[in-house]
Amino acid sequence: MSAADKTPAQPERKKPADVKTRPHGPIVPSANVQGSALLAVIAIMSFLACLTLGGVSMVRATAASWQSQISREITIQIKPDDNLDMDKALNDARNIASSFVGVTGASIMDKQATSRLLEPWLGASLNIDELPVPRLVIVTIDESAPPDFAALRDALAKKIPQASLDDHRTWVNRLVSMARTTVAIGTGVLVLVFSAMVLTVIFATRGALSGNRHIVEVLHFVGAEASFVANEFQKHFLIISLKGSGAGSALAAIFFLLASWWQSRSLATPASDQATALFGTFSVGWLGYVGIALTMILIAGLTTLTARLTVMRTIYEIDQIRSDPARSDGLNT
Amino acid sequence: MLRKTGWPGAVRRSLKHPCGAPSGNVDREPQSAVIHFENVGLRYGLGPEILRDITFDIPASSFQFLTGPSGAGKTTLLKLLFLSLKPTRGLIRMFDRDIASIPREDLPMLRRRIGIVFQDFQLLDHLTTYENVSLPLRVRGKEEHTYRSDVIELLKWVGLGQRINVLPPVLSGGEKQRAAIARALMDRPEILLADEPTGNVDPPMARRLLGLFRELNRQGTAVLIATHDFALMDQVDARRMILSEGRLEIYS
Repeated sequence: MSAADKTPAQPERKKPADVKTRPHGPIVPSANVQGSALLAVIAIMSFLACLTLGGVSMVRATAASWQSQISREITIQIKPDDNLDMDKALNDARNIASSFVGVTGASIMDKQATSRLLEPWLGASLNIDELPVPRLVIVTIDESAPPDFAALRDALAKKIPQASLDDHRTWVNRLVSMARTTVAIGTGVLVLVFSAMVLTVIFATRGALSGNRHIVEVLHFVGAEASFVANEFQKHFLIISLKGSGAGSALAAIFFLLASWWQSRSLATPASDQATALFGTFSVGWLGYVGIALTMILIAGLTTLTARLTVMRTIYEIDQIRSDPARSDGLNT
Repeated sequence: MLRKTGWPGAVRRSLKHPCGAPSGNVDREPQSAVIHFENVGLRYGLGPEILRDITFDIPASSFQFLTGPSGAGKTTLLKLLFLSLKPTRGLIRMFDRDIASIPREDLPMLRRRIGIVFQDFQLLDHLTTYENVSLPLRVRGKEEHTYRSDVIELLKWVGLGQRINVLPPVLSGGEKQRAAIARALMDRPEILLADEPTGNVDPPMARRLLGLFRELNRQGTAVLIATHDFALMDQVDARRMILSEGRLEIYS
């Protein structure tokens, strides 16, 4: 009642505005067992999604670093031959390589370095002069503007037939394909995680609608439109998904922080070296954390959208079945 | 206890309906039919016809009882009246519109012109009395400050002024019934449908509730009460619609 409608005949009546009421509660009750279970599922899915994302980005970074290291060097190998003056051949090979554009340096691997290289197989007391051991020239190249490998190979073949050029292309190709495979597997896992989550949310939404069917009915007969009902359920699921994905993503971020901290604390220990060799460094960088935040937002958005579409569809189905006497059970006549 | 004050401003004001239709005596055509049924029949699945050749009008500002033995089809007829069920055959016109030609999206707008009180109240247990009664306005997207005083006034008028912040499980049967009635009245419906509104209350409370419906009817709302209670019907000289074996007989 507005102030204008109040009459002097009722002065004792307390002003309605003076009556205290609590802020409007949510139409869909926020706490129930189903909601807690869904929150846990979304948290686990988010954790797995973020872990996959971080893992993929780590492997990609490691593969890129390996690829870059390998791409910066090429090797000229000269096989021993009775008619070959090895020292002259090594010098010639170094000079030929140095003359090419794109080569930043060339050095001959000396006898000590070569014997160290062979030490694991032939032992420490190796006299390299007694064995026909191939010798190497290490050529460093400009990664961004590499030399013409085919021309270098031809030039070497003309001057030193026993020389062969290894540009590590095979290794680089293998690493590139490994990195691509890892990314593809990671993307596949992410798609599976998201699909499982969407399906879980569909089941949960249908379950929530079924459990709160009386609310849908009441809203229906007080004249609520389907979009209003969908908004109410959407709000409910947005809160659950934000909580769940926030918890899962935070756990993943903490996991990466702890792993990175452990690795930095245990530098140069065998365990850390092994982990670094396998996975690279555990640091995902600020971009990784942005990725985790984006994953959280994506999961919350996906959950909310799925809930909305499921509610709209389910309400439509309920309406269809309810209004069609051929499909109704006819229990309440 | 119901207060002996006048009808609250929320309901008293003869405002235009949000859909543009008249709401209240001032703008309403005298005795025009709000609802018109013609040869309406309904069967569930392949079963027998629950309702057969039902023909009647509910004029604006009219008052009637719907009665009949259990299983006669009263609830089904109320569902048809509330657009919750489609007839198997026949014509239903509501507010001058053939319901067969109304798109699904328009049904909520039409339902907003009808108030319904269920026998089992259908209150939401996690919402307070105030929140339950204000639900029809909340679903229309109205801001709370625009209806807060009206809701509180209506709650006081139905005698629930002290139960505003109480959850339904704490309310007595009569209080729940009054809350359900207040919710049905909240948005000034043109017709009020009540299914056994006195089924869960003692005779004095039943008389009070009936008084509430009559007061509402005097203000111009058409009222249809489905009941088994002959004592209640005897208190009002009103049209009686009797359903028996799926057929409807009307005694004016």
